[in-house]
Amino acid sequence: MKKSKYLLPVAAAGVLALTMSACSGNSGGGGSTASNDCSAYDTYGKHDGKTVSVYSTIVDVEATNLEESWAQFEKCTGITVKYEGSKEFETQIGVRAQSGTAPDVAIFPQPGLLATQAKAGYLKPAPKAVSDLVDKNWSPDWKKYGTVDGTFYAAPMLANVKGYVWYSPKTFKDKGWTVPKTWDEMMDLTKKIADDKTMKPWCAGFESGEATGWPGTDWIEDVVLRAEGPEVYDKWITHQIPFNDPKIVNSFNKVGDILLNPNYVNGGFGDPRSILSTAFAQAGQPVLDGQCAMHHQASFQAANWPAGTNVAEDGDVWAFMTPPVDASKGTAITGGGESVAAYKDTPEVQAYLAFMASADFANNRVKLGGAISANKGLDPNNAQSALDKQSIKLLQDPKTVFRFDGSDLMPSAVGSNSFWKGIVAWINGSSAQQVTDSIESSWPKG
Amino acid sequence: MEFIGGKLLQVVIALAIFAAIIGILMLVVDRAPKSVKDKVTVAGFLAPAGILMLVGLVYPAVRTSMLAFTDASGQGNGFDNFVWMFTQPEALTTLRNTIIWTILVPLLSTSFGLAYAVFIDKARGERVLKSLVFMPMAISFVGAGIIWKLVYDYRGPGIEQTGVINFIRDAMGMNPKQFLLDAPENTIFLIIVMVWIQTGFAMVILSAAIKGVPVELIEAARLDGANAWQQFRNVTVPGIRGALVVVLTTITIATLKVFDIVRTMTAGNYDTSVVANEMYTQAFRAGEPGRGAALALILFLMVLPIVVYNARVLRKQREIH
Repeated sequence: MKKSKYLLPVAAAGVLALTMSACSGNSGGGGSTASNDCSAYDTYGKHDGKTVSVYSTIVDVEATNLEESWAQFEKCTGITVKYEGSKEFETQIGVRAQSGTAPDVAIFPQPGLLATQAKAGYLKPAPKAVSDLVDKNWSPDWKKYGTVDGTFYAAPMLANVKGYVWYSPKTFKDKGWTVPKTWDEMMDLTKKIADDKTMKPWCAGFESGEATGWPGTDWIEDVVLRAEGPEVYDKWITHQIPFNDPKIVNSFNKVGDILLNPNYVNGGFGDPRSILSTAFAQAGQPVLDGQCAMHHQASFQAANWPAGTNVAEDGDVWAFMTPPVDASKGTAITGGGESVAAYKDTPEVQAYLAFMASADFANNRVKLGGAISANKGLDPNNAQSALDKQSIKLLQDPKTVFRFDGSDLMPSAVGSNSFWKGIVAWINGSSAQQVTDSIESSWPKG
Repeated sequence: MEFIGGKLLQVVIALAIFAAIIGILMLVVDRAPKSVKDKVTVAGFLAPAGILMLVGLVYPAVRTSMLAFTDASGQGNGFDNFVWMFTQPEALTTLRNTIIWTILVPLLSTSFGLAYAVFIDKARGERVLKSLVFMPMAISFVGAGIIWKLVYDYRGPGIEQTGVINFIRDAMGMNPKQFLLDAPENTIFLIIVMVWIQTGFAMVILSAAIKGVPVELIEAARLDGANAWQQFRNVTVPGIRGALVVVLTTITIATLKVFDIVRTMTAGNYDTSVVANEMYTQAFRAGEPGRGAALALILFLMVLPIVVYNARVLRKQREIH
């Protein structure tokens, strides 16, 4: 008994020592491919021994590529970028800002979240150098997503493009079908394929676990933007017109002309309601099997095809952009992207922000594959796939009207709840009017 | 590998810290003067559990109750959330479904479990027959949801069926059916999954209880000329009454809280949502923590009487023994 009295405190001390030693940090980024040429990085100055902490939603391979793309910047400026990626970013960033442990820089996946943080007074306005770079490298549409109440906070980083219609070039060639240039041409083609009776014109799948319905919101957003124009689109997502406005109901019905017509969908799966029980990642499959002709999905569908599928203009599958309703108004596309905002304004943070807004970063990152950017300084030839090249060209085209994914900009009670549920109810038989009325009533008051 | 090593080290450290705290606690308690020793000992050993309960149970419960009376921006809004719950058609469907679940699941699983336990009692291969029915208990609710989603899977007429039931329907010349999409019967198809899991639990407990009914009683009943049904009604059922109550209440509580099955199979779409699912959706997806908290509070109020009843029955039984 006597012995144990001294044993325990000793054990406790040992444990404490162990704990301390376990708290040593891990080292920063890669830097494996960094060369010795630093001339391109002179503008950012020297900041030896300084660190910038960066927090975002990007993890795994994507995170490694991201760190790789600023490795040379770290080497040449002497700044250590301490990167942390987390899937809990959306909830954690608010908690960290409130508790005073915000990162130096955060990469926001949604403009809505950025606005919340800016309005709460946590973010620092972007330095002039960054603002100038964004004016030079991006269209005014993009600058708007980093602007809150007239103050510019965040430069755009990477982008993705939605609204592609995937098809099999071989099938189109065999049947003598051509890629439609307008919405009406697309509907004519749809009718032609349906009358042909060898396959259904469309296949679709909205099943995505608890997020079931989101691929449908992309359809609606694409049509609102193309049929009613960017002004109506902007008013719709900011609730300046009600969700059940006749223009929006009209867009639902336009999509419904395709998705609710049993003659037009759902190739390989069954009646229109089978859209709800078909997983979105598998829904495009019948395009390859010749059971349907077209499938509407974002650029990332390229990764959903089975291994070995050749994604190219003359390959197994290829994609055209959902055509405009009025071709004379030019191309309008929806998509998403991240914005880089700062919680501190030290010189090293400003240098990092300027680098992230530069064409150098965009080129570095796109070269590593799997990402594109709307940065005009980006060389499309750096893209790793033909589709990425096409997407970059679309994004850089000055005539392109770009709008951010609408459901990401709406309040979450709508954008990630009632809108999804509304799509599900609509495909399952409720009328467009009923569905939009119900979504309108769920819009948060005040 | 480095990652696992780091985690392992953290676990070891956490355990060591725990041991150290307990050790220090024991040391302090041991050193206390003799006169107050008993009180210090009691307080010393109850304190960690008490503190943990305050932090992990009482505080969140109070916070949730307060949250139930606030809106999305954290401002107090009186009983608005409860008004919403009892007026919105969607929220009403949720409440209705929960009631259907809590009536059907305990009733069906207990009756099936009891019938099965009685029929296989002392039958040949009893153990194998039992484990067959008990096996679903070993599957998580999420796993069961995914399995049954595949069972109910649908493809249009004329396309090769992937779901078991629609495959059979197809073979019999019937049209395939969208089991999960058609309200209100889709709620029943979800309930079947829960019954499938819980029947095994009811069967095992009740089978053990049946074996505990004194053989003399059954023999006496048989000598008195009671037939099998009368034996079951007048001897077996009263003999396993305690076990029946435990099984019924346990399954009822589990059913009230059902979340995983609905979440994995329909995510609450097509009018199949239940309170626990809606609570999660409102609080974490729709950004309406007040509504979520209000639903949690209602759920708590629904579970409470059953827990109290269960505890009272158990106490009474202990008094008898």
